[in-house]
Amino acid sequence: MPTVTVIYALLFYVATAVLIVGLGFKIRQYWRTPQPLKIPTTPAPMTGSGVVMRMMREVVIFESLFKSNKWIWIFGWVFHAAMAVALLRHFRYFTEPVWGWVVLVQPFGVYAGFAMMLGLAGLLVRRIVVARVRYITSPSDILFLLLLLAIGATGLSMKFVSPTDIIGLKAFMLGLMYLDWQPLPEDANLLIHLGLVISLMIFFPFSKLLHAPGLFFSPSRNQPDDVRMKRHPGAFEAENQARGT
Amino acid sequence: MADFDTPELKDFLETPALCPGSMEHSKPFVAAPVHQEALGFPGELVENWQEKAIDRMGELLDTNRALRVYLDSCVKCGACTDKCHYFLGTGDPKNMPVARQDLFRKVYRRNFTTAGKYVPWLVGAEDLTEETLDDWYSYFHQCSQCRRCSVYCPYGIDTAEISMAARDIMDHIGIGQKYSNEIIGKLHKIGNNLGLPEPALANTLEGLEEDIEDETGIDVKLPLDVQGAEILLVTPSADFFAEPHVDGLIGYAKVFHAAGASWTISSYASEAANFAMFIGSQEQMREVAQRIWQAARDLGVKRIILGECGHAWRVAYSFWDTLVGPFDFLDPAYPMPMHICEYTDDLINQEKLRLNKAANDEMTLTFHDSCNVARATSMGGRPGGQFEIPRAVIKAVCNNFHDMADDTIHEATFCCGGGGGLLTDDLTELRVKGAKPRMQALNAVVEDHGVTHMAAICAICKSQFSKVMPYYGLEMDAIVSVHQLVSNAIVLEGSIQEEELDGTGEDDETGESLAAEDDVAAIEG
Repeated sequence: MPTVTVIYALLFYVATAVLIVGLGFKIRQYWRTPQPLKIPTTPAPMTGSGVVMRMMREVVIFESLFKSNKWIWIFGWVFHAAMAVALLRHFRYFTEPVWGWVVLVQPFGVYAGFAMMLGLAGLLVRRIVVARVRYITSPSDILFLLLLLAIGATGLSMKFVSPTDIIGLKAFMLGLMYLDWQPLPEDANLLIHLGLVISLMIFFPFSKLLHAPGLFFSPSRNQPDDVRMKRHPGAFEAENQARGT
Repeated sequence: MADFDTPELKDFLETPALCPGSMEHSKPFVAAPVHQEALGFPGELVENWQEKAIDRMGELLDTNRALRVYLDSCVKCGACTDKCHYFLGTGDPKNMPVARQDLFRKVYRRNFTTAGKYVPWLVGAEDLTEETLDDWYSYFHQCSQCRRCSVYCPYGIDTAEISMAARDIMDHIGIGQKYSNEIIGKLHKIGNNLGLPEPALANTLEGLEEDIEDETGIDVKLPLDVQGAEILLVTPSADFFAEPHVDGLIGYAKVFHAAGASWTISSYASEAANFAMFIGSQEQMREVAQRIWQAARDLGVKRIILGECGHAWRVAYSFWDTLVGPFDFLDPAYPMPMHICEYTDDLINQEKLRLNKAANDEMTLTFHDSCNVARATSMGGRPGGQFEIPRAVIKAVCNNFHDMADDTIHEATFCCGGGGGLLTDDLTELRVKGAKPRMQALNAVVEDHGVTHMAAICAICKSQFSKVMPYYGLEMDAIVSVHQLVSNAIVLEGSIQEEELDGTGEDDETGESLAAEDDVAAIEG
């Protein structure tokens, strides 16, 4: 087996493990840390189903961000939505036969690639041009945008500039999944693309990308305003019960 | 007297240019050892403060999910950067919510995250240095914990939670804030923030009874420590004599009188405010709330009603049950607790109050949504009830009402500038500048709609506005209590006001009094 294939195969296993274990650790940590008090932020729904709806609006249309700032919203939403479509399109490299809905997404994937680049570019420009945002920017904030831009650029260039050996890539990916390693096509664009994706997977659990699981654990968003209907016993409950009546 | 410039009000609220360091000098007085020790905190900065601070941070991270999630989740998108009234009023970039959080976050990252330990320069991680601690003391006392940023954050990150945690850590290493800690100590000792002992309180209430009798000819009671009363009223102690708060208290008393309610104030728990929320100490907050639980049980009341106080309503509505509940000795037929506005609104809806709207005709009102009520609670058992109910009460007692701009009311409301333990004279500059967005919105309705007065249901808002309004060329009495308006309009049975109104049928000289009668008829249905 070529050395490059071995290196990438091992890196993919490591990256997948880091992503799953790292995220699993953070999610477990969030899950286990008690939330001492009820702190939903208005407009807070009063029921569990209301919370599900609120959360869905936050995840799907970025409701709060929309209320906040239309520029960040349009760039941020376009980037995330396009990335989701582009990601779904990539399922064809992991499935044989390719799932029906992945085939349906296929034609949109390419447009999504460009939209994602546009969104990211907008966010990057804002980060540099708007003084307030520049003030709060760390090197890592810029690097993540550049990383995603580079992933998008190398991906698109494989579609439009120098097509890579897709059949060989798919064989490599399926081989990884079924532990039957196949050689990875040694095309510079592809190797860079995959290398950047691997680093993104590894960075995920150690970075601000934790906003993805974080949103679901955010008490100001995931708590219903139901204090009048339900008790919310906290750290002092045992002591309080022992006060006697 | 001011050694700073009051911000100029323009036609619209502009986002200021960044003025780094412009509010670095703003720091409240540090608590004296005696105020610290009364709350069980070290008297002065402990020797190994860095280590102690990080230890305490670790404890908070393990026991407070919000803190942990908020510190991890921020992507620095910038959505909150133009949402804080203190930033809008000062231009100091460390008053942008995310930058304020980052003062805490950089220490968190350095000490509790892998990236911060190994590549601090990449992720903006830093040790807790003396300089950073200085920034903490300054800028975590420039956050009124109003939660406006949390409304606009895509993840709901609430800077209030982070500033509470920072203040808690500072208390634990011996540098607390004098204003809040001294007040909490007074409450533990005497039962209210003012340090008003029982005899003085009794005397004050008697004085108010006399005032009401002079005004109405009716013997309206403000009962104190009445065993077996049905309702315990818990109200901010400012209501006992600050202006315009006290006019609100008179309003509650008249409403209770008109409803024929059996009610009482407690001298043991004569304070609704709970400043322990501001310093982020659950233990202190619990101790303060426990007095009210105890008083309610000892007096044998069936229900508890809260007077006009913003953060008190948050603590009572959202936290009481968790901190000191269950309140299973109260009558479950009533919500625990109930807001005085809900109580009055119910009576209005049941047409049990006779109200003469014309009594408030010399005023054109607007309503300031107080942040803790608006963004951390509700009323009436429905989302948005906290906005509708106070307005419904005002509209039932006033003919002239006009809301301020949509992006400055309801959950988008701007803090008065004095919340979160900042209502102290050592922070006057901050308070004046922080009031700018609210003053801007108020000024717009003053100019465009002839608004003359702004009503509020928060003791801190009322005190803050009467202090800062003159800086912006507004009269200090342009801020009124909602129940002050109720007090003006309410027509008690057998009162001078009733006589005057019902007598007009005979004199019948102006159209105005006829209009007034129509209003009364409308309310009476």
